[in-house]
Amino acid sequence: MASVPARRDLTYPIRKNVGRLGSLLATLCVVAAIIPLAYMLYYVLRQGGSSLSVSFFTKLPAPAGETGGGFSNAIAGTLLLIPLSSMVGLPIGILSGIYMARSRNVGFARAARFVTDVIAGLPSIVAGVVAYALIVIPFGFSAIAGSVALGLLMFPTVTRATEEAIKLVPAPIREAALALGVPEWKAMFRIILPTAVNGIVTAIMLGIARVAGETAPLYLTILGSPNLPGSPLKPIHALPLQIWNFATGPYDEWHRQAWAGAFVLFAIIVLLNLLARILTYRLGKRVSSS
Amino acid sequence: MKDPYIPATFYDAALGSNVSVDGDSEADEFTVGGKRLRQLEPATIEGLRQLQEEADTVRAPSREPHALAGTANLGDRIFHWVTAGFAGLIIAVLLLIVVELTWQSRLSIARFGLSFITSSTWNTITNNFGGAPSILGTVYSSLLALLLAAPIALMVAIFLVELAPRWMRFPLGFFVELLAAVPSIVFGLWALLVLKPDLIAPHIEPWFIDHFGNVPMLSGLFTGYPIGLDIFTASIILSIMILPTIASISRDVMLAVPNNFRDAMLALGATRWETTWKIVVPYARSGIIGGIILGLGRAVGETMAVQMVIGNHQAIGPSLLRPGTTLAATIVSEFQDATSDMHRSALIELALILMLVAIVLNAVARLLVWRVAR
Repeated sequence: MASVPARRDLTYPIRKNVGRLGSLLATLCVVAAIIPLAYMLYYVLRQGGSSLSVSFFTKLPAPAGETGGGFSNAIAGTLLLIPLSSMVGLPIGILSGIYMARSRNVGFARAARFVTDVIAGLPSIVAGVVAYALIVIPFGFSAIAGSVALGLLMFPTVTRATEEAIKLVPAPIREAALALGVPEWKAMFRIILPTAVNGIVTAIMLGIARVAGETAPLYLTILGSPNLPGSPLKPIHALPLQIWNFATGPYDEWHRQAWAGAFVLFAIIVLLNLLARILTYRLGKRVSSS
Repeated sequence: MKDPYIPATFYDAALGSNVSVDGDSEADEFTVGGKRLRQLEPATIEGLRQLQEEADTVRAPSREPHALAGTANLGDRIFHWVTAGFAGLIIAVLLLIVVELTWQSRLSIARFGLSFITSSTWNTITNNFGGAPSILGTVYSSLLALLLAAPIALMVAIFLVELAPRWMRFPLGFFVELLAAVPSIVFGLWALLVLKPDLIAPHIEPWFIDHFGNVPMLSGLFTGYPIGLDIFTASIILSIMILPTIASISRDVMLAVPNNFRDAMLALGATRWETTWKIVVPYARSGIIGGIILGLGRAVGETMAVQMVIGNHQAIGPSLLRPGTTLAATIVSEFQDATSDMHRSALIELALILMLVAIVLNAVARLLVWRVAR
């Protein structure tokens, strides 16, 4: 190979400046992305924060056009829907997550994992239509129908997060348990799941956060109700659904309350996500120090 | 290649096909010549498994057995079948969704057949239904949103992975992920009560009409009234909503690019920017495309935010400044007030179409993202 005489790369200044220009462009894009989102957050916090009051949490909605009243029916409805939909979504999510973590390369587990990811992309309105067809047509509108729709949307998040949490448990911990002669299932319930508990709680919270703000499927299943929820077999209201009703209504007072509702909903979701983050972080630390 | 840490008898046993490996590299049990061994190191297991695979490929490729299906412990067998049952339930759920939606839309499928997709009539009085306005409206608004969001999202991901100072990465990344979790009703509320009345209707749309309304070629895109309840506003809010999704997935796949590649490129004298575009982006390409398709999937299925600002009008046309509809928006707007069984059946058929589109988009996207992640 002939020796190449060393020479300066004359294009370097150009390339360097292209790089600088590119970095500038990327930074501008970040700013462009943040502006609308920050604009929205600002409104939710300002309008929502200023519209919040005690009666928002304690009172039923006032008749159309009148001031006052609150979202107590919707808040209670959401608080009822969360445990009910968890009863549908969490068993499927956690148990299938355990299976997938244990049987990583088995073909069936791969297929189930793929289907889980596909269902994760199911439009929420479709979940609503399915729950409508399965439950509302034979039994009528009810909190149960809404919970089935939300459970459908909840479990893929829980499945994948549970799987990740269990995979984080180091193999030697499991081997140590098995070395003591216990069967696999006992090792799972006594050793592995307690070690991964933070991760599984995270999975649950992410699942709840995923569905807490859903509106469209609830519109087709729980219908809405101006009263406090009584039986889970009756129509109820929910926070996002009532925000929608009030936002699309003609009254300023309604809009004000819709902002307050959005503020509360946003706070719930931020809180769940933040807690999930902190728990994941602590699980990571515990596992790496063990 | 023989591993010195594995006793020779293991090799003999393996090559003599007397070894059965239960499950994957996570399994802890082996049967060697009828004897069960437990508590092996993962490396040992992996080595044995590879040996067995070599042996198997010479003979006949065997299927990987389930980890616990064959063990003697009753509790383990129950545990295995219960968890596997729930995993199977997931597959059953998907089938149930498809079957149920098809069954509930049977009236409409039988009456309109394939013309449901091409027909643009939507008449609740004569009970004549066609999905074309919804389908085209979905395609139009989603693609427009993608066109606006994807380039910016990719740049945001590049900034987060390659350019941002270290202290900025975590908070900014968390912010992006959090935004991906904001419910669509909150976006819709903001679009309806702030974005539309404060910005789009009084400023942006009149500006479009003034400047492009009479330009040949472009005028078709900007005919109509600047009321703000139209395809344009829907596309804007959609693009804002899918941006965090695309950005966070692109960031994840770009983080998966091995640092050696970057270092090698930088060592050759490339700038950071060149490294990004010639090494990182091509390496992560299919994952980035996957992220974009997932964003498209989210835009296609988005309901509330779109329904609140798109105007909900069954019409087809190129103009951005006209009320339109999407599959999801039509369903949610009309479902409670469906006037007849045929009407309801047609709406459920729209849901079926929406689901099939979303499933295909998601399946393709996941496969693409997996290719990078692995």
